Amino acid sequence: MTAVRVSLPPHLRDLAGVGAEVSVEVAGEATPRAVLDALEARYPALRGTIRDHGTHARRPFVRFFACGEDLSHDPPDTPLPRAVSDGAEPFLVVGAIAGG
Amino acid sequence: MSRVRVLVGTRKGAFILTSDGKRDRWDVAGPFFAGWEIYHLKGSPADPDRIYASQTSGWFGQVIQRSSDGGRSWETPGGGVTKSPEGMPMGESNRFVYDTSPETGKPLTTHQHYDGTQRPWEFKRVWHLEPSLDDPDTVYAGVEDAAIFRSTDGGHSWQELAGLRGHGTGPRWQPGAGGMCLHTILLDRAHPGRIFTAISAAGAFRSDDGGNTWKTITRGLRSQFLPDPEAEVGHCVHRIAQHPSRPNVLFMQKHWDVMRSDDAGDSWREVSGNLPTDFGFVVDVHTHEPETVYVVPIKSDSEHFPLDGKLRVYRSRAGGNEWEALAKGLPEKDCYVNVLRDAMCVDSLEPCGVYFGTTGGQVYGSSDSGDSWAPIVRDLPPVLSVEVQSLP
Repeated sequence: MTAVRVSLPPHLRDLAGVGAEVSVEVAGEATPRAVLDALEARYPALRGTIRDHGTHARRPFVRFFACGEDLSHDPPDTPLPRAVSDGAEPFLVVGAIAGG
Repeated sequence: MSRVRVLVGTRKGAFILTSDGKRDRWDVAGPFFAGWEIYHLKGSPADPDRIYASQTSGWFGQVIQRSSDGGRSWETPGGGVTKSPEGMPMGESNRFVYDTSPETGKPLTTHQHYDGTQRPWEFKRVWHLEPSLDDPDTVYAGVEDAAIFRSTDGGHSWQELAGLRGHGTGPRWQPGAGGMCLHTILLDRAHPGRIFTAISAAGAFRSDDGGNTWKTITRGLRSQFLPDPEAEVGHCVHRIAQHPSRPNVLFMQKHWDVMRSDDAGDSWREVSGNLPTDFGFVVDVHTHEPETVYVVPIKSDSEHFPLDGKLRVYRSRAGGNEWEALAKGLPEKDCYVNVLRDAMCVDSLEPCGVYFGTTGGQVYGSSDSGDSWAPIVRDLPPVLSVEVQSLP
C-alpha cells in the first residue's frame, strides 16, 4: 500500500468535511485513476465532483497537478511521479480558473 | 403566533430568512454552501423541518443537500455513508442517470440543439426540487437537460420518470437561453397522481398517473418565434402556478403572454390584458384568493429588466386581464434587475405574504398581499429562487 497525499480545492474540502490535504492508501502503483478511486472510496461525497459518475472522465474545469507538472491530460493509468507515490509531494486537484 | 421561514437560493450560496407572523423584523442566516450555486431549496409540506437543496457548480457538478432540522444542519443523503472518517455527515447524492430501459417507451431520443442539430440528453443540474405533499422522503427533481426524477428515499437515490422524455415529442424540444431545463413541478392535492411540469423551451405537460405517462398541454399557446406558432411543443413556458382550492385553474407566464387555463391545461387563453408588457418569468396565486394573481413584467426578452427602471409587481384580482401596478416600497427609478422563474412565492398567513428575489440580490416582502413592500435583505448574491414556509 502506498500513502498518497491529495490536495483538494476549498469547495470539495467543505463537501467532504476535510482539511486542505488528505492522505489515501493506494494498492499497487499510484496512478491518477488509483488515487481518485481511493479518494472516492474514502470520501463518497466526492463521487461525481472530480470525475463524471458514469464515464470517470475528468470534469472539464478540474485539473490535476503534481511536482510542477500538469497531469490533467495524461491517461488515467499513467504512473504518478515518484515524489507523489513516496508521499514527498501532493497530488493536486485544482478547480481551473473560470467563471465569476 | 405563526412564523415564516424564507428559503433563498443564490449564485453563491443559500440564505434562510425568518420572522414572526408580523413579518417586519427578519433574521438572516447564511450563507450555507458558500460559493456554490444553489438553484432551489424547498421544504416538505409533510414535515417543514425537512428541506431539500440543489447545490451545483460548473466545476464540481451536482449535489443534493438535505436538512432535517429546518436548515440548521445539512447532509448529503445518498450513497449509504452517513459519516466521513473525520466524523462529518456525508454521502453521495449527485447521481442522476437518464433511463435507458426499453420498457419506458422512447427515452433514448435526442433533442434539438441551438443549431438545429440533434443532441443526446446530458445531465447538467437540478433546477427545481418539489417535495411530495404527504411523504417527507419523496421528492421530485426537475433537471437540465429536461427530465423529471423522483427519489422515494429522501434523496439517497433517484430514478427518472422516463415517460415524459419518452412520450414522443422529445426530438423537437430545444434549449432556451438558460439551457433546456425542467423548472416547474406542480403536485395536485385534489387529484392524486396528477403532476404538471413545464420546460424551457418545450412547453407544458401533465401526467394523470403519477408520472408514468404524459401529455402535452399547450393548446391555445402561441409563440411567434416558432415556424408554426401553435405547435404542440417548442413554447418557452417560464412558470405555471395553481391554487390548491381550484386545481383545474392554472396561470402561466411564458416567454411572451400571461395565460390561463380552466381545464387543467387542456386549453389556454391569454389574460395579459392591460399589463405594460406580457414578458416575465414569475407568476403566483394569492393563498386565500384564487382569482388574485401576481406577475413581474420585464421589458422584453432581450433586455430582461423592469420598464423605465421601475420595479413593479402587477396584481390581478380578476384572474387576469385587469392588472394593477404595485409599487409602494419598491424602487421607482434606476432599477434594472430581473426576477427569475423560481424567485416568487406566497405564504399562508392572513393577510397573505408575498416574496420575491432579484438578480440584484434583494429579497422583497409584502405582508399585506402586495399593497406595500419592503426589502428584507438588500445585498445578497444574485437570487435564483425564493420559497416560503409558514410555521406554527
